[in-house]
Amino acid sequence: MPTDTSVAFVRTAEIPPSPPPASETGIVKWLRENLFSSWGNTILTLFSFWAIYVILTATVPWIVNGVWTTSSLAACREVLQGEVGACFSVLTERWNQLLYGFKYPVEEYWRPNLAFLLLFAAAAPVLFFDLPRKLLIFTALYPFIAYWLIWGGSIMIPIVALLGFVAGYFVFDRFGKQSFAQGFFGAIVAAFVVWWLGGFLIPDTEDTLLPAVPSRDLGGFMLNMMLGVTCVSLSLPLGIVLALGRQSKMPLIKGICVIFIEFIRGVPLITLLFVASVMLSYFFPPESTVDLFLRVVIMITMFSAAYIAEVIRGGLAALPKGQYEAADSLGLDYPQAMRLIILPQALKISIPGIVNVAVGLFKDTTLVSVISMFDLVGMIRGPILASTEWNGVYWELLSFAALLFFIVCYGISQYSQWLERRLATDHR
Amino acid sequence: MAEAAQMQVSDEVAITINNMNKWYGTFHVLRDIDLTVYRGERIVICGPSGSGKSTLIRCINALEEHQQGEIVVDGTLLSSDLKNIDTIRSEVGMCFQHFNLFPHLTILENCTLAPIWVRKIPKKEAEETAMHFLEKVKIPDQAGKYPGQLSGGQQQRVAIARSLCMKPRIMLFDEPTSALDPEMIKEVLDTMIELAEEGMTMLCVTHEMGFARQVANRVIFMDAGQIVEQNEPEAFFNNPQSDRTKLFLSQILGH
Repeated sequence: MPTDTSVAFVRTAEIPPSPPPASETGIVKWLRENLFSSWGNTILTLFSFWAIYVILTATVPWIVNGVWTTSSLAACREVLQGEVGACFSVLTERWNQLLYGFKYPVEEYWRPNLAFLLLFAAAAPVLFFDLPRKLLIFTALYPFIAYWLIWGGSIMIPIVALLGFVAGYFVFDRFGKQSFAQGFFGAIVAAFVVWWLGGFLIPDTEDTLLPAVPSRDLGGFMLNMMLGVTCVSLSLPLGIVLALGRQSKMPLIKGICVIFIEFIRGVPLITLLFVASVMLSYFFPPESTVDLFLRVVIMITMFSAAYIAEVIRGGLAALPKGQYEAADSLGLDYPQAMRLIILPQALKISIPGIVNVAVGLFKDTTLVSVISMFDLVGMIRGPILASTEWNGVYWELLSFAALLFFIVCYGISQYSQWLERRLATDHR
Repeated sequence: MAEAAQMQVSDEVAITINNMNKWYGTFHVLRDIDLTVYRGERIVICGPSGSGKSTLIRCINALEEHQQGEIVVDGTLLSSDLKNIDTIRSEVGMCFQHFNLFPHLTILENCTLAPIWVRKIPKKEAEETAMHFLEKVKIPDQAGKYPGQLSGGQQQRVAIARSLCMKPRIMLFDEPTSALDPEMIKEVLDTMIELAEEGMTMLCVTHEMGFARQVANRVIFMDAGQIVEQNEPEAFFNNPQSDRTKLFLSQILGH
């Protein structure tokens, strides 16, 4: 450093603040940074604009010119006179078949509608656990109410079913404290005794408050919703049990869980559904009629439970060993440690994976159309497209199906993101 | 201080370990351990890493299983009977090197969980006890926060409070200060010293020799799974007998 210049400096006049240059503010800055920051990005931006333009010019007139009021595809074509336009009339004319199937009695539509509305009330305390815990009583009753609303028939059926569960619960509560196995198997026996005795209480009359609707008359998006909700809510607890069983130190339990998971995961769902619809009847006595809906629910539940079990096993493996040790060292027993310490954390880690399985499961319910159940896709491919009026209306129908599934799946995804934020306590 | 503390040691036995052996697979980690701990004793266990000192205290509350010999804690023989294990664990508190607080629960919930579920104490009462011990470790104002929001030293003090809420008769410390910044070590040691002064039976695996000198009434030196030397702190530090002990002490006190 030259010695004759001094490094000392004293500011005498303050520099007043001035606005940033125009190219560094507002929309100009945003465009420059996000769309035109380099030659490559500029080309990509222009190409994207062109692609969006092409897609919109193709779809917007198709939607805007759409015809909503005709009674057949031929009539649509007449109205359109060769112009581009969708034939949405199929939706307005066949909406009930798309939503409820083609056999569900029209005058009973209020029943699935009511069950659908009550679903929100039943799901709320499970999904939003800040709500009062007493609401869970309604959640526990909901399956029985919904069964009675949708299938109708004698009200004694759901009541006896409920009583069986209540009896099982009381037996477990009474004996489960001394020995888990005693309580568990005692509860199962008690439930079956109640169901067997209750069977005599169910009247044989056709004349009931709500007319009975057999399972084969269910269909449309209602069937997808029913399968989705039932199977997700059953496969989550089953998946937790399987995941814990796979970690068990007892070789028999561990072996059963490993074989179950590996077998079910190694088989395509569609084969399981075929087994449910065709093969299972070979194993049951000829006169027994295990409902097709129930058989399908069992298969889909087992299938997704195997996947959920593996997702949760990942969550369990991600927990530091210290969490198990801390729970042990405080004297918590196994069920307490799992319920209070391990599972809340493992499930939180597993949320994205579980949601992945749940969304996949919900969309996989459309596979039942292959075993001739008339769910939303089954209705479209079968009765509607096969009819002379609507033969050839693919885009409108399948877009509608896609829209319905998207709404539900997007809702699940948004919920899971909210849940992850709500449960974030690690402050990373 | 040391003499005053010594006087609190009673002749009532808290822990007896008889000829205990443990293997990890074929590796013989603990060899012929014999140890009797009297109520009110404050024992510091030191030794090079891999010498089996952590394993020893983890055997006392059955976090590790021993294969030979017997361990009697508070009059209960440790066996594979789960009832015995849970009884012992609720009488023996433990603090870990990495705290192991439950990150999904608040500080207060961390402290009340075991009293409520294991001791079946009403929630209100458990919360009062928890606040009492949180005050004792000087962080009552953090009760509503989550462990992730606290510093390491604070977390370890919460872990101590969490153990104390179970009103244990024996406390085990597994290198409680090894994961802490130097500044935070003091706040944790202060808490432990206070606890020792109240007459708690303590077994500490630690490398804090200052703590050992000030608080312990007995220092145990372990190497290769064996108890090599044990003595009162003064004698242990000033006049070690075994060559192995001399080498170890020269290495950790040398700088």
